[in-house]
Amino acid sequence: MRSATGLTGSGSRDWTVQRISAVVLMLYTIIVGGWLLTHQATYTEWWAFMMHPVMKVFSLLAILSLGGHAWVGLWTVLTDYVTKQQMGGKASGLRLVMQALMILAVIAFTVWGFRIFW
Amino acid sequence: MKGNRPVNLDMGQVLAVNLKSPVAIASILHRITGVLLFLCMPLVLWLLDRSLASQTSFDLMVQQVRDSFLIRFVLWVFTAALWFHLVMGIKHLLGDMGVAEGLQSGRMAATIALVVSAIGIIASLFWIMV
Repeated sequence: MRSATGLTGSGSRDWTVQRISAVVLMLYTIIVGGWLLTHQATYTEWWAFMMHPVMKVFSLLAILSLGGHAWVGLWTVLTDYVTKQQMGGKASGLRLVMQALMILAVIAFTVWGFRIFW
Repeated sequence: MKGNRPVNLDMGQVLAVNLKSPVAIASILHRITGVLLFLCMPLVLWLLDRSLASQTSFDLMVQQVRDSFLIRFVLWVFTAALWFHLVMGIKHLLGDMGVAEGLQSGRMAATIALVVSAIGIIASLFWIMV
């Protein structure tokens, strides 16, 4: 049966999303983190770096990747630990509520991130 | 056979076995840091938003970060968790490609990743908090 709360409804597709988004986020972290470590950033320098068209596209890709990566990752954590075996009878309802909150937060972060860079 | 399965071990037994294994420690911390990163996102998005909106919002944000121990502490938790999650993620992707998947090589890879993470986490403490 397809999971109603997973990202794509397919385990192998979720697996692939997790890997592709991981690579995007890894490169983004290294590039932005590396810049921050090597600059005593002023506003002008920082803005010029982050608002360069290439970095804007990269940031938008990173935000989408973050949304997918967090969704799949937190779905995995919640379905592993918030279960009847671990927590008793109320786990299913609690898990559904937590998954719904997680999905809403992912959407909110994505919209917020797009507002910064779009 | 079926009647007595699955067997749920109590937490004491689970911890007793897993705390001896670098592989298990790396794995559970990869999950915990993932959750922490998610919880830190509002602060990070706020910092990103304020730092890019205008010169005035940038200056105000810098001042707020300087003045607030709490903001710097959460920022350090985020940085430390990000570094750990990144190092473990690279180990995981290498594992997907068949690198260090054996029992001994996996233990070795987990131990190396834990040491590299610890060094970065200590360094980030000085970078952000001191």
